[in-house]
Amino acid sequence: MSEPTKTDLVDVQIDGVWHQFPKGTRLIEACRQVGVEVPHYCYHPKLTSPGNCRMCLVETGMPPRPMPGAEPPQPDESGHLPISWIPRPVIACANTVAPNMGVRTTGPITEGCRQGVMELLLANHPLDCPICDQAGECTLQEYSVEHGKGESRFREQKVKKPKNVEVGPRVRLDDERCIMCSRCIRFTDEIADDPVLGFTDRGSHTVLAVYPGRELANNYSLNTVDICPVGALTSNDFRFQMRVWFMRETQTIDTNCATGCNITVFSRQNRIYRIVPRQNNDVNSDWMPDSHRLNFHWIDSEARLTDPMLKVDGVHRTATWNEALSVAAERLASLSGSEIAVIASARMTNEELFMTSRLVKLLGAGHVETVPRQGEADGYLVSADRNPNTNGVKLVLGLENPGSTLDRVKSGIEQGRIKALIVLQENLVDDAGFSPELLGKLDFLLATYPIANPTTGLADVVLPGACWAEKSGTMINVTGRLQRLNKAVDGPGQTREPWEIVRDLVHALGGGNGIYSVTEVFKQLAAEVPEFKGLSWGQIGDLGLPLIETGETIPALEREKERKAAGIIVG
Amino acid sequence: MPFTVPAELEAEIDERITHYPVSKRSAVLPVLHHLQHHFGYIGEEAVEWTAAKLGLEPIKVLEVVTFYPGFRQEAPGKYHIRVCRTLSCAMAGSYELMESICEKTGIDRSGVNHHHPIAVSLDGKYSIEFAECLASCGFGPVCMVNDDFHESVADADALLKQYP
Ligand code: SF4
Ligand code: FES
Repeated sequence: MSEPTKTDLVDVQIDGVWHQFPKGTRLIEACRQVGVEVPHYCYHPKLTSPGNCRMCLVETGMPPRPMPGAEPPQPDESGHLPISWIPRPVIACANTVAPNMGVRTTGPITEGCRQGVMELLLANHPLDCPICDQAGECTLQEYSVEHGKGESRFREQKVKKPKNVEVGPRVRLDDERCIMCSRCIRFTDEIADDPVLGFTDRGSHTVLAVYPGRELANNYSLNTVDICPVGALTSNDFRFQMRVWFMRETQTIDTNCATGCNITVFSRQNRIYRIVPRQNNDVNSDWMPDSHRLNFHWIDSEARLTDPMLKVDGVHRTATWNEALSVAAERLASLSGSEIAVIASARMTNEELFMTSRLVKLLGAGHVETVPRQGEADGYLVSADRNPNTNGVKLVLGLENPGSTLDRVKSGIEQGRIKALIVLQENLVDDAGFSPELLGKLDFLLATYPIANPTTGLADVVLPGACWAEKSGTMINVTGRLQRLNKAVDGPGQTREPWEIVRDLVHALGGGNGIYSVTEVFKQLAAEVPEFKGLSWGQIGDLGLPLIETGETIPALEREKERKAAGIIVG
Repeated sequence: MPFTVPAELEAEIDERITHYPVSKRSAVLPVLHHLQHHFGYIGEEAVEWTAAKLGLEPIKVLEVVTFYPGFRQEAPGKYHIRVCRTLSCAMAGSYELMESICEKTGIDRSGVNHHHPIAVSLDGKYSIEFAECLASCGFGPVCMVNDDFHESVADADALLKQYP
């Protein structure tokens, strides 16, 4: 099915109101487009539609066909033909609109179908909501309230099935809760290319099973937990940790690589409990890699830096921000610009990088660089560039080939030309091959980072910089899309957001400027960097917007586009 | 005993697969029938062999094997007896027939359950399981021994005598 043209529109009546839809539109999508929700379990727009749950049954009708010789039906005053309703309901997820079709999502037939499906789904369900992680975001619960009968006529013994099954290292299965929608099977088949799940013993004892000796271990396994409409698949990491209704949701982006998967961070009382992908059809579709999703526990780590620190007689002691900043300013002011190098991070936001460029200018620093993070692309969503904002470094900090001159910084230190290093949100010892001996040659080392590390251990001034979940700002992903990072939790102790730290440094160095919020930084950035011209913070929205052309694509998305174009999925 | 598919059997199977030019997946059933006919049952290796042969994931083959009670997942005896237990046969005495065959062959069915429907005699000569309707409801109790069909089976001794 290619994109329908205007002439392919058909008239369809939904719950008494006439609308127009492109030919080929699934009934369920047509209803959704006009704000009519059709309950469903097995249907997922990114997967094939097996039509197995029957929850989406609706009543349809077509204009009556006249008997031979009889008058054909006449249009009413609105110009539409009358509808003769068909007593047999159809599934809205797999059937498409037809000219002059009528759809009824209410009324005795549809309601009876829903009640029937719900009663049968619940006949063998353990009804263990009080101990189920899915409670609060379970469609079985929701539809029971909305479309269920309220009581069961089933008096017999429920079927017993396997419980607490480890289907993989991160995913656990309760087969008694499974409603056999097959979403997880289709995901592993169609998206993750790792088809290890299937239904065995089909019949009254059907179980979702992983092939004996295999496991659901691929790096996208936790997406099955997201799309499971019930509590059958749960995440080992999240289960029994927190009730979903207690948590706050923050829409932000993943910073583990240049793709910048859109995510929702779930937190409570300043603690993150889980991260789930957020739909963005221009970035990550509905998915994200497990390795990125679970990389947040260190945020609570004991090793977090909580206060500014000064090294006195070789020992770190805590200091106030004012104290630490004035020591730093004093030391830096005593050096000439060419003796100072700034190592920023491609994990920093555009706003942080913009403030950094101010600092560089003010100091007249002889060198500015960032640390590259090259890995292997996985052919799905993980980009080879493990830095989230390399494009921002190029645009805002003006580095043509970020990371390519780190060796010159090293030799500069070696030869004594570089005497001071300002390290922003990087760990040079572990991540950039700067030996402690080399850093020991410096007269002055300032380092910001969220967590104590060998580089901060050597620094004369250590400043606690907020991590990705504790700050707001913008980044540019691998395809050139500008996306917004939103602060989900507060950093521990005296932590400041890196843009604030750089602003404060600039201020302490006498380059006073009154910037009080990250949106103000963005405004100034938009005024100075041509690519950002005319953009406002609000415009970027939760889904971001294309900013530059990079010629790069995201493989998982490309495949999805092909499947959509071939009519395999709705998309 | 290692699982090896003899060359002639494989040739036969390969020929059968050519009957399904659109989707090799459709050949799962015939391939499994060939293997069960030869080996007597479909074990793990047979599932994996079939999957590899047809370019499928093993779970897709296991789904089919576990759906059809006609596919045995455990080795039967030399003579495999399937006693019909559907209504007409049940009323005509198939449960009694089952009991008497077990008694005479020394088969212990106490370990039988949904996942392990087959019981085998100690000497491995006879095995038995209940089957659903074998399509001769007017002549119950009905049973099959390997591929032979027996109607109105009144005497277990007479039946077993034919399979020494
Ligand atoms: S485990 Fe969940 S997603 Fe998978 S078939 Fe069962 S209900 Fe559907
Ligand atoms: S959504 Fe399951 S049959 Fe339509």
